[in-house]
Amino acid sequence: MIRIIRSILTLAAVIAINASSAAEQSIVLASTTSVEASGLLANILPQFTAKTGITVNVVAQGTGKAIDTARRGDADLLLVHDPEAEQQFMDEGHGSTRRQISWNDFVIVGPSADPAQVKGGSDSVAALKSIAATQAPFVSRGDKSGTNAAELRLWKIAGRTPDQLNREKWYRDIGGGMGQALNAASAMDAYTLTDRGTWLSFNNKGSLIVVIEGDPRLLNRYDVIELSPQKHADSKLAAAKVFADWLVSPEGQKAIGEYQMNGQKLFNPSSASPK
Amino acid sequence: MHDFLEIVGLSIGVSLAATAIATAIGLPGGTALAIFPFRGRRALVVLINAFFGLPPVVIGLILYLALSRSGPLGFLSLLFTPAAMVIAQAILAIPIITALVHRASERAWARYGDELISDGATRLQAVPQVLMIIQADLITAVLAGFGRTVSEVGAVILVGGNIRGLTRTMTTTIALQTSQGDLSLALTLGAVLVGISISISATVFALAGRARTAGSDEV
Repeated sequence: MIRIIRSILTLAAVIAINASSAAEQSIVLASTTSVEASGLLANILPQFTAKTGITVNVVAQGTGKAIDTARRGDADLLLVHDPEAEQQFMDEGHGSTRRQISWNDFVIVGPSADPAQVKGGSDSVAALKSIAATQAPFVSRGDKSGTNAAELRLWKIAGRTPDQLNREKWYRDIGGGMGQALNAASAMDAYTLTDRGTWLSFNNKGSLIVVIEGDPRLLNRYDVIELSPQKHADSKLAAAKVFADWLVSPEGQKAIGEYQMNGQKLFNPSSASPK
Repeated sequence: MHDFLEIVGLSIGVSLAATAIATAIGLPGGTALAIFPFRGRRALVVLINAFFGLPPVVIGLILYLALSRSGPLGFLSLLFTPAAMVIAQAILAIPIITALVHRASERAWARYGDELISDGATRLQAVPQVLMIIQADLITAVLAGFGRTVSEVGAVILVGGNIRGLTRTMTTTIALQTSQGDLSLALTLGAVLVGISISISATVFALAGRARTAGSDEV
């Protein structure tokens, strides 16, 4: 028994040492689930690390949570997609620079049977109105993510506030990530709003298809935000800047633009001409 | 494949480390609780048994706030590291191991306590002797602690952050793959997790059996 405990403790020590040495050349990037779940970061990070020797540890959360993580000082850099929440973060003085790295779009997906009869259009607001009118099930992320914020903005234009929506039986707030929302929509034959990156890389679509795309209001922008040295002196700001600069550099932009899933481009690099 | 081995290795390493810490505290702690009478002992026992069912996500949240750079332990820079996961899991395993050891020690103490004391041992000296008597129960207690830690997801995903190549364990990978709709991959990894848990339990049982045989030879 004592020998077992001793070997366990040795193992624990080895892990602790590994963990501390790994922490030296690394930064924590708080990001949205979509850039992680779509495989983008896993694809481009090795290129960056090979060049600079800096490891980027990605904590993938919804945008709301990611911004909160950075605000608390637990991240060194932020990569998110909710313009309003980002602006607030900047206004509070937590961020120093905010630069757009890429864009893609949101799409509304729904069951192929299409009970709300919205398939084929591009007017996202009209589609939401039809979904509400026919009381077809709609899954909401409900997690303060960038996608959740975009969804609520569209509902507002369609004349529904969050309070009104939450009283409706057909409006299902699942409080989870994009993948969970898609799993739920697939299981309940419901509509939902998703970013195209996660949608294209999602493997449990069931009968779900894209019903609405191409609305200018469905634009989805990804920004990298460096933290303010005044408020976040403890963060690894220098290494974070190296990564942020690389993301907007021609090399980083090329890496983002080259990433494909099933032959489709997921993110359009846009640091030179922000949308 | 390399990713996979890394994930399995991290899961087992973190859980073993957490179990080791919980064992180091729970073994002497549980026995002492049975042997030494003191004010409030009953209440403490009730509390520890209640902590048996601590929701991992609550522990994760409290630890997250404590380890955050803006929290009281932020200077340690432990958030989003394997060390944070070890702490979270150890906190979850300590009540389990302590409570199980306490129960077994209480029985052993009721039966052999007077004998041990009349042999001239102090209560402190009796602790290792009681632990020897309840050897078999100790294995169960430690395995229960390990089982709790290796299967846990709520706390480690919060304090570890599910970072690829650093804090991604089997359970957090299963959660991630499920969220990506890769249900069959998630299920495969789930099967591996179950398999590993079973083989570790079996190995420890086998080792423990040998240790007991060796022990009786010496007597």
